[in-house]
Amino acid sequence: MRFLVKKLVSFIATIFIVSLLIFFIFNILPGSPAQAILGVDADEQQVKLLEEELGLNEPLHLRYIHWIIGIAQGDLGVSYKYGQPVAEVLKDRIPISFSLAVIALILTVVIGIPLGILIAKTDGKWSSIILSMITQLGISTPSFWLGFILIMVFAVKFGLFPTYGFIPWSENLGEALKSVFLPSLAIAVGNIAIVIRYLKNSILDQTKEDYVRTAIVKGLGANEIMYNHVLRNALLPVLTVLGLITADTLGGSIIIENVFALPGLGSLLVTSIESRDFPLIQSLILIISLIIILANFTVDLLYKVIDPRIRV
Amino acid sequence: MKQTIKLLLFTILLLMLAACGNNENDDSASETDNAKDTAAKAAGNDTTLQIAMKSEIDSLDPYQASATDTEIMMNNVFDGLFDSDENGELVPNLATDYEVSEDNLTYTFTLVDNAVFHNGESLTAEDVVYSYSKLAGLETGEPMSDKWAVVENVEATGEYEVEVTLKNVDSGFLARTIAAIVPADYEEQDTHPIGAGPFKFVEYKVSQELVLERNDDYYMEDKVPEVAEVHFAIMPDTQTAVLAMQSGEIDIIPGVGEQELAQLGEDVTTLSGPQNMPVIFGLNHEVEPLDDINVRKAINMAINKEEIMDTVMQGHATRIDSNFSPAMAFFYDDSVEGYYDYDIEAAKDLLAEAGYPEGFDLSMTVPSHATLYTDLAQIVADQLGQVGINLTLEPVEWSTWLEQVYTEFNYESTIIGLTGKIDPYDVLVRFVEGYSHNFINYNNSEYNEAIDNATLETDDNKRADYYKEAQRILTEDAASVFIMDPDSTIAMREGITGLSLYPIGKLNLEDITVAE
Repeated sequence: MRFLVKKLVSFIATIFIVSLLIFFIFNILPGSPAQAILGVDADEQQVKLLEEELGLNEPLHLRYIHWIIGIAQGDLGVSYKYGQPVAEVLKDRIPISFSLAVIALILTVVIGIPLGILIAKTDGKWSSIILSMITQLGISTPSFWLGFILIMVFAVKFGLFPTYGFIPWSENLGEALKSVFLPSLAIAVGNIAIVIRYLKNSILDQTKEDYVRTAIVKGLGANEIMYNHVLRNALLPVLTVLGLITADTLGGSIIIENVFALPGLGSLLVTSIESRDFPLIQSLILIISLIIILANFTVDLLYKVIDPRIRV
Repeated sequence: MKQTIKLLLFTILLLMLAACGNNENDDSASETDNAKDTAAKAAGNDTTLQIAMKSEIDSLDPYQASATDTEIMMNNVFDGLFDSDENGELVPNLATDYEVSEDNLTYTFTLVDNAVFHNGESLTAEDVVYSYSKLAGLETGEPMSDKWAVVENVEATGEYEVEVTLKNVDSGFLARTIAAIVPADYEEQDTHPIGAGPFKFVEYKVSQELVLERNDDYYMEDKVPEVAEVHFAIMPDTQTAVLAMQSGEIDIIPGVGEQELAQLGEDVTTLSGPQNMPVIFGLNHEVEPLDDINVRKAINMAINKEEIMDTVMQGHATRIDSNFSPAMAFFYDDSVEGYYDYDIEAAKDLLAEAGYPEGFDLSMTVPSHATLYTDLAQIVADQLGQVGINLTLEPVEWSTWLEQVYTEFNYESTIIGLTGKIDPYDVLVRFVEGYSHNFINYNNSEYNEAIDNATLETDDNKRADYYKEAQRILTEDAASVFIMDPDSTIAMREGITGLSLYPIGKLNLEDITVAE
């Protein structure tokens, strides 16, 4: 209980500081939202009307107060650029970023963890060295490049997947999975490589520990030692990394979203900054902070599941 | 093992949550399916076209939108009294004819009598009165844009006859009648736009796609589109559009680059020509030494436009020598062509004469969102280096450019393409003293006078002469370096014909024919 209260207080404090920073930093930046939205083709009168409509004539501190009061009431405000409530703008985007992050996470876990164990088990053998080299390649491959290669091979050449766009899960499960599989894979490849490296090193470190020697002396089999004892300890650092990379993709993968023309949170953040859409920028940053805090919280809870000695 | 299972269960749970999050879309999705079905049934031809667009729609409401991409898409939904043809000349659309009073203040438009809005209501003079009153802000006192401030009164003089009275003579008014006519008292244009154009709005999935369907009741019977449905897919990365075209998912890419064209190879047909967008190397006249005409002339002579066009556009551009594209043939002054020939020695002499024999330092604020500008900036810097001018590039993000350069004039030099309009006034007013975005701080009374005269002149030939004079003054003053009008290229799947290039943001989808 005390843990939860402590977390909640630190959560609110973080969000408050983030909101202050975001609000004032973006308002100091050069660039008027009205001019940014209208571009070079609009005349003075159009800009003036839009500024009035957006309420940009109000003093800065008042705008902040209004925004904060709105947030407290669950109202994220109205996007300047889209002219719709922010919640409405986010509604279609969140499932996209969420689907990408979850499928990328599943791919990372399902492929990364067994491979990491395999490489650790065969450490020193040729097969392990070759696999490690491939892993290295995975880390150093830029995801946008990989994205284009995947499109070229699987969408253009073989026609197995669509090249772009998102099909909602409610429309057709199979098609929806197809539409997010390639981008998720492009995100996952780098993550898989990271997980493999962490897991392999962590397993190798653990096998040097005294308890492993004890287990061997006790006469336990190699598999039993690996899965019941070593892995349990070795997974902890991997979990931390998994939490970080998942939070990262949940907040939107800007490059991959652009490559696959998926309108997720990442590309929305970029357009909102370009168009100085303050209500949208602020809400997005708030949501991303929230995601990171929640991901960390989940990792904390999972720690306890994997290693009951850890008190949370 | 138990832990792995837990982890797996957790992820599955997350996945289910993701799926639930989208259930709301169920209804709208099936509605669209129904709409698609009816559209396909009603027509003999059920061709669907997929078109890739770079940027999303800024507003569905024609009076709120200002982005060129939006104009290209939504132009198909709305018609105006007049429209622009391929040469930027006005052709009748909803108006069959018009008359101007002797004092040139009153325009009487006769409308077609068979036009119907997409909601089934007939288009009458009342709708024109509503549309133009809204644009001119006759009720609110605040016009939607400066261009419409000139309108004093709009009145229906018959069921299909409208009279527009201006406050003062404005020869550019007629060009503004390409503005969309919307149904009177319909206030939901920003969510479900209704016009009288050849295509009807079906749905817009924000940042994903805009769907339009054929308007079978289009009033120009010979122009009822052959294509049943059009999907504009929003694809921020052109590379994706190219790959999608190769896999057969995209039929048309407007505004495709040189590199992408090479990649598409022989399998596509292309349509290419000037896009009426003068790209200029803008010089701020309030900054020393750019206030010296000799320095500006020297800079003009030091720039090799042919090299720029060959390098950046692979030659697919038209050289310009004033702020005007030959795409607008009627108003274009060809006497300025080649006014400043590339001549390094002469440039150096002029610099020496102006007191800068060793050259000087200059900064260039470059909008970094388009490779066209960043590429151009580097070549310009290289060329100026040859006469001793040391150009420092300062890339800025688009919003920052709009504020620092376009609004506050706080910069030394810049590079920018200014999208053209069919009214030469809109193109040339950018350099009139006192104009809010005269960002080069140009100030020449002769120029201002020429523009004023053109506005007051209603004889087309004489008006063109004034605009030509204005173009000449800009060139003689070396107001800036007017570089080129880059070609715009449309890539199409083989078998698609009928598209034309326009000097405004327009894709004439109603004329498309698709070979089986």
